[in-house]
Amino acid sequence: MKAFTNLKTIACPLASSNVDTDQLIPARFMKEPRSVGYGQFLLHDLRFDRDGAAYKNFIMNDQRMDSMEILVARRNFGAGSSREAAVYALVDYGVRCVIAPSFGDIFSANAVNNGLLPAIVSESDADQLLTYLDQQLKTSSSRLEIEVDLKNELITAGDFMVTFSINPKWKIKLLNGWDDIDLTKNRQNDIEHFRVRYQKMSTWTLPPVDGRIVKTSTKNR
Amino acid sequence: MFLVTEMNAGRKTLFDKIWDAHEIERDDNGQSLLWIDRHFVHEGSFHAFNKIDERGLNVAQPGLTFGVADHYVPTTSRSISDLIEKSRNVVNWLSENSKRHGIQLFGLNSQDQGIVHVVGPELGLTLPGFIVVCGDSHTSTHGALGAMAFGIGASEVAHVLATQTLWQTKPKSLRITVNGRLGPGVTAKDIALHWISEYGADSARGYTIEYAGSAITELSVEARMTLCNLSIEAGGRSGMVASDEKTIQYIRDRAYAPAGDDLDEAVAYWQTLYSDDDASFDRDIVIDASEIAPTVTWGTSPEEALPITSLLPNPALAATSEQKQQWQDSLSYMDLHSGQALESIVIDRVFIGSCTNSRLEDLRNAADILRGRTSRVPGIVSPGSTAVKRAAEAEGLDEVFRRAGLEWHESGCSMCVGMNGDLVLEGERCASSTNRNFKGRQGPGARTHLMSPAMVAAAAVNGRLTDVRTLEILTQSQEE
Repeated sequence: MKAFTNLKTIACPLASSNVDTDQLIPARFMKEPRSVGYGQFLLHDLRFDRDGAAYKNFIMNDQRMDSMEILVARRNFGAGSSREAAVYALVDYGVRCVIAPSFGDIFSANAVNNGLLPAIVSESDADQLLTYLDQQLKTSSSRLEIEVDLKNELITAGDFMVTFSINPKWKIKLLNGWDDIDLTKNRQNDIEHFRVRYQKMSTWTLPPVDGRIVKTSTKNR
Repeated sequence: MFLVTEMNAGRKTLFDKIWDAHEIERDDNGQSLLWIDRHFVHEGSFHAFNKIDERGLNVAQPGLTFGVADHYVPTTSRSISDLIEKSRNVVNWLSENSKRHGIQLFGLNSQDQGIVHVVGPELGLTLPGFIVVCGDSHTSTHGALGAMAFGIGASEVAHVLATQTLWQTKPKSLRITVNGRLGPGVTAKDIALHWISEYGADSARGYTIEYAGSAITELSVEARMTLCNLSIEAGGRSGMVASDEKTIQYIRDRAYAPAGDDLDEAVAYWQTLYSDDDASFDRDIVIDASEIAPTVTWGTSPEEALPITSLLPNPALAATSEQKQQWQDSLSYMDLHSGQALESIVIDRVFIGSCTNSRLEDLRNAADILRGRTSRVPGIVSPGSTAVKRAAEAEGLDEVFRRAGLEWHESGCSMCVGMNGDLVLEGERCASSTNRNFKGRQGPGARTHLMSPAMVAAAAVNGRLTDVRTLEILTQSQEE
């Protein structure tokens, strides 16, 4: 996985709470292989009407948002379904960081596993960022770029700065581009020792016999 | 065995005990590497299989992973040709991946097929004290048996396939105690919708939930599954109820459950799996069961729920500007207005099914209301598993639903998520026994009201949202 470097890029204000993963990618697109690129499905039903025409008043359809790589939203972003496809949609679209007061637990884990930073800010800081971006959109010489510094957990927008938080292990993973499977493979011996001891202590945790269980004592196993 | 028991001496929650028994190691950043007892995969797990294939990895413990076809399967028949090509592909990918990796599959045509969270407990694959994971957020359901069960994403599914372990930061603990007795017509679904509406759709984020108290002990194991299932709708990745005599009776004689000496040994351990009297929780919520009414959702988040006798809220009275905006947005999407009586809301169709409410008890509760009555709207009943379907047919429940004018389908996730093509049409309003009222969840532009199966049945009878307590249960003779 690619390491997360500091960002200074266009941020999109999505001033909604409870942006659930069904919104992020509607279920009907999830039978597509990843190779088609999931970016086209991101927030699909908020972006497009039933005939595929873009809603003019939806923020992501503003031309100035074309190269956005940061989303700012309200509480409980990514709630609901565990579908990692919601993160694929964001990542394939080009989003590298979502800033919100809170995230669905499964969503944040999925995000980190795909190099996407879920940055947690206070409710008032989220408000301040949303207001800032909103004001910028209303001026002709808009400064829609904000800066995210993961190492120092800082976000800079215009002339103000807010802090964010992230699970310390996730921060290390993102900064180094580490992948859990690679990390765990180094622990194979420890896992094997655990397994043998654990299954000996608790035989009922062993794999059930193939097919309809043969109800004999596991002591012979 | 004895080591495990000793580890459980004093001041621990049920959750602590399960966590400790599975912790292989803890790293400097406080993340634990946990052993996984049971892992379920479904059609949507294809991303994870692709991930391990790309790296040329094998499944570490194929005997501990089970495949279930549920999300995309047709419910009109058991013929895969009922599906569009892209849906057929995903069902076939699950079969191919399971076969190639030596994973036992309960596929479309298996007698044991069903919704993964119904099938796991039903087959005795889920047991107390286990850590159970699946790439589906409603995995919390399995916690009803005293297990710690949680949903994971595709990268984590790949990790479990490759290592049979997961890295997790230990969540905080939340105990929800429901004291007293539930009133007539009030079910586990109502407990869940009630507390989520009181505390919010992200109130359990970062927590694992233990449900306790006399009203919970009184619930059947199936009802506990409904309650645990909905933990994620409050943001809690897992919810559990300590195992008791009911749990052990439920498990006994299940196809894959331990038996004989093995069961005795397991039971001796399970009896140590409860929260100690002096254990402390990070957060406690106490609810009086008698205050819970049959509850329905009116908006597009599970927290937007009210007792059926209520009027819709007025956004002008919202506590914050954010809430005001959310209520306006929800009312607008749902095509409702503030002050409107919930019971005046006219529906277009009903759905009874999903991992939340499709077990035999749920179908019996719905059938009790529909027996001798007719549904004013079309609707589908999809049993939680093929075994539930057989059991329901053996007691004639299918006939009750058919006579009422509803369709009796095969088992699958069906209209809860619409992946298989069972959809609520654009602009239609559905009374549904499912778990999510998100925008477009049951189909683009669909409007969902969540409620218990009996409340769905009552809505079907009147063609509008209805307080189930106003409909008496007709007996067989009244029907004739």
